[in-house]
Amino acid sequence: MNWTWFHRLGSPKWFYGISGRWLPLLIAATVLLVCAGLVWGLAIAPADYQQGNSFRIMYIHVPASFLAQSIYISMAICGVVGLVWKMKIADVALQQSAPIGAWMAFVSLLTGAIWGKPTWGAYWVWDARLTAMLILLFLYFGVIALGQAISNRDSAARACAVLAVVGVINIPIIKYSVEWWNTLHQPASFTLTEKPAMPASMWVPLLLMVLGFYCFYTVVLLMRMRLEILRRESRTSWVRAEVTRLTGRKK
Amino acid sequence: MNRVFFLLLVREARLMFRRPGELVNPLVFFAIVICLFPLAVGPETQLLRTLSPGLVWVAALLAVLLSLDGLFRSDFEDGSLEQWVVSPHPLGVLVLAKVLAHWLFSGLPLVLLSPVLALMLGLPADRIPVLLASLLLGTPILSLLGAVGAALTVGLKRGGILLTLLILPLYIPVLILGSGVLQAALQGLPTAGYLLWMGSMLTLAITLTPLAIAAGIKISVGE
Repeated sequence: MNWTWFHRLGSPKWFYGISGRWLPLLIAATVLLVCAGLVWGLAIAPADYQQGNSFRIMYIHVPASFLAQSIYISMAICGVVGLVWKMKIADVALQQSAPIGAWMAFVSLLTGAIWGKPTWGAYWVWDARLTAMLILLFLYFGVIALGQAISNRDSAARACAVLAVVGVINIPIIKYSVEWWNTLHQPASFTLTEKPAMPASMWVPLLLMVLGFYCFYTVVLLMRMRLEILRRESRTSWVRAEVTRLTGRKK
Repeated sequence: MNRVFFLLLVREARLMFRRPGELVNPLVFFAIVICLFPLAVGPETQLLRTLSPGLVWVAALLAVLLSLDGLFRSDFEDGSLEQWVVSPHPLGVLVLAKVLAHWLFSGLPLVLLSPVLALMLGLPADRIPVLLASLLLGTPILSLLGAVGAALTVGLKRGGILLTLLILPLYIPVLILGSGVLQAALQGLPTAGYLLWMGSMLTLAITLTPLAIAAGIKISVGE
């Protein structure tokens, strides 16, 4: 297998160039998928026979919950890459992912609370999946706080990587222990192996929204990473040239 | 390597007995926190009995957390940690000795004190062995996981609150299983399953956390 693409990732300049070319495509995909999913899900899809129209918040809630979990796993993968290959890009990706993940966990909890009131009769119940999401939010806060507390940039990145890896080993343990403790939430709406219990007119827009949210995450992550790279490499000549080109004035 | 492990334990014991206050402080904290709950929720025996598993476990968890802040601090300040990092012995073994010493002098006394406080909360006396077993299996996990956080934050000026933020979410499975085993015992259900789970978590923690603690120490020392 050809690994040159992986080694090239070690160069911030190469990454900046290639991500700049990918961004417009990803932005277009995000806008298309999210608009299609929202219109289809909120206006065209049929109302639920039990929950009426309140189920439509699912089109935000489910993708946000998916993303909140996958972002943490991707952070741990970045952490391993950063620890093993000492790759700067992985460090940047880890630290820039954490706030996005925290926001997604927050959105998931918020929409869940709004959805819970008409469905269960309470904004918050101490149910396994809700509690696990809340704990995930705290794990994100931990990574963000640790990254900000350590002033040395390389040490902060490595400390966050260790924490993310320890956290990701703990996530399954936390998930199963909490599920054992109490469960009320419906099982996952989507699994890769089984056919969904919903009709196609409901799950196709959900699938579009999930894909759209993943694209959205990639777009936001790439933008944040590009900004961070410009900040970190601000002393190099290519960044100076790039900033001059973008702002149109000499520094 | 066994010799180094043993010598390190003896050193920690000697240091601890020169400052017995540090040995007693977490115990007093544990007792005071337990006393706060009856004052806050009322002295009803039945209520306290149903709450007692959770109360004992939360108080023990907070006491361990409090004692963790200083785990590596003095070694970091006098340069011992740097010596560990450059020594030819594997860092994982050294930190395991350190954590074992920490548990022997803070976790184990907590376990020994807990029956008295549990009886005061109204836990039936025949459930005390279950309480002891759950704490004996659980508190080493708390020490090991907490040491990861302590290693990562040891170089920071105000690491204490950050340590809490990093470690408490990781403590949740131990808390759930530990108080779950007592709840089951109170309701007369079998408890062996919970204890076996805690045992396997302890095994996992002893195997994996020394690696993470060693990585954390290297980062903190290298800064």
